[in-house]
Amino acid sequence: MPQTIHFQYTVPGDDFTRAGEASSSVKKALKKIGINPEVIRKVAIAMYEGEINMVIHAGGGSIDVDITPDEVRMVLVDHGPGIANIDLAMQEGWSTAPDDVRSLGFGAGMGLPNMKKCSDDMTVESVVGQGTTVRMTVLCH
Amino acid sequence: MIVRDIQTILKATVLHANEDLLDSEVHTACGSDMMSDVLAFVKDQSVLLTGLVNPQVVRTAEMMDMVCIVFVRGKNPDPTIVELAKERGIALLSTPYRMFTACGLLYENGLKGGCTI
Repeated sequence: MPQTIHFQYTVPGDDFTRAGEASSSVKKALKKIGINPEVIRKVAIAMYEGEINMVIHAGGGSIDVDITPDEVRMVLVDHGPGIANIDLAMQEGWSTAPDDVRSLGFGAGMGLPNMKKCSDDMTVESVVGQGTTVRMTVLCH
Repeated sequence: MIVRDIQTILKATVLHANEDLLDSEVHTACGSDMMSDVLAFVKDQSVLLTGLVNPQVVRTAEMMDMVCIVFVRGKNPDPTIVELAKERGIALLSTPYRMFTACGLLYENGLKGGCTI
């Protein structure tokens, strides 16, 4: 395997049915490379939660994924409304998702906490009115 | 238990499954209409029972490495959802039973929740 494999995705913000395509593609690539299944699952869940968040809250965005022999790094960037209080958003059960999102099976306030749980390292930078950047790393060993 | 047993116990219609999928071994299941909770709380469950019908049900099952989705209350997904499950190699069943009864019947027949408290 080469030192680093890079993937870049644009997540469309107006099509809920397509949310998850990027995560699905990364999951397949990791499987092909032969990464440990538990690591694959952590990456898949963390990225999928992030992708869903982008579609629900931010009108889409972009995701960059770097796969190295030691780790999988994901950078999710959106230009949505931003998160006013990141500490609050990290609390389980806290959500700003509208009812129509809940009727689709999301918006339980578990997304960001679950992303943190699945990552070995996660940082969230957000500016209200400008957007949010989430960086996650999952170690391969 | 195998997927075929679930079909029999729940008097379910098979919306998608090949022979291999019908013969897949399953040991644990979860029931939820909230995919956020499935993603956050479920671990190693191979069957998802749900009353929610949209493509993200299949995506969620895919991320969690599940092998079978059972739609309760006789719900039928549209062809795009069936197609997505086909591509991902996930069995799709539809049972006329409601959520509580469907879960209860499977539990009674040996399928467990797989979680400890």
